[in-house]
Amino acid sequence: MSVDEPDVIMCPDGPMLLRGHHRVADESGEVFETERPFSAVCRCGKSATRPWCDGSHKLLRRTKTT
Amino acid sequence: MLPAARGRLSEELFAALAANDAVSERSIPRPDSPDDEQIALWALYELHYRGFDEVDADREWDPDLLRLRRDLERSFEERLRTWVSIPEAAGPVSEVIEKLIAVDDAPSIARFVQRRATGDQVRTVLQHRSIYHLKESDPVSWIVPRLEAGPKAALAGLQFDEYGSGQPSRLHHRLFADGLRAAELDDTYGRYIDEAPVEILELNNAMSLFGLHRRWRGAGLGHLAVFEATSSLPSRQMAQGLRRLGFPEPVAHYYDEHVEADAVHEQLALRLICDVLVEEEPDQRDSVLFGAATCLELEARYARKILRQWDAA
Repeated sequence: MSVDEPDVIMCPDGPMLLRGHHRVADESGEVFETERPFSAVCRCGKSATRPWCDGSHKLLRRTKTT
Repeated sequence: MLPAARGRLSEELFAALAANDAVSERSIPRPDSPDDEQIALWALYELHYRGFDEVDADREWDPDLLRLRRDLERSFEERLRTWVSIPEAAGPVSEVIEKLIAVDDAPSIARFVQRRATGDQVRTVLQHRSIYHLKESDPVSWIVPRLEAGPKAALAGLQFDEYGSGQPSRLHHRLFADGLRAAELDDTYGRYIDEAPVEILELNNAMSLFGLHRRWRGAGLGHLAVFEATSSLPSRQMAQGLRRLGFPEPVAHYYDEHVEADAVHEQLALRLICDVLVEEEPDQRDSVLFGAATCLELEARYARKILRQWDAA
């Protein structure tokens, strides 16, 4: 894979996007396996479906700007 | 089954299709309303998807039907251009699209469903949405062969997820069909087309227009980005509303799946598809933004129509 094809991508004000198969350990050490071709890992801590992103970061951004 | 006619044009067209008669510019009148135009266009597009039992499959490439389709598309395109303007902001298209979404002030059907809708109102929304959800992602599949490696690989990944990653039971239009049946609605493809208001036809036809024309590939991807980026949070509200009303689990499950899937698809569509497409093909920028703005506008028109009807706007 060339260097311009990262398989972990940080999205501005958003989740960490993973390409391919990964095993993700959450804060408590529980391990979750990716099931999709791409997956989004929560970075804001507010997702109800952690470790996966559920779009909740957008609500935070909205509160911040208003 | 062909839909019910909504005016002179669709009446003549559907009769000719059912009888396997030729159509000519002389035999087919101009549409007498947007409803008439849109239902005719929807039926002509359907020849490229699943077709109709009573229409010969060969009519898909009938040059006279294609000419009629082009005329209808041109008038639809003209109308879209009067409704939608292309934002002139600089910077990556992903940022411009996120700003468009942030300033969008359309009313939210999902919030209404979450808090106040009745069971009958939700069933109406499910019927309207079934026109698209029973062929979810299909219009975007047309775009795949028209892309370079970067956006193509990312779009194929997104579509593979939409199509259940190889498992039919996880395929999104299958999940919606399961939900419809659980809600005691009919999951037959196109079953509720006669119930669909013109705004739903316009939403569906815009996706087919963008999908079937290579020149509109950017618009198809811009539309996809907005569609995905405005899905996660509303899907959660839909699921909450369905559970509040006691709808069976499979209906809510369809929306649960979209909370998580579309949080991924949003990032893919914005950053690995639209941004990369425009980096590689800068002349696609306006098209991407036009498609993005079209998605917001047509969704807003549907939401305003239905919420006004329910006195809920």
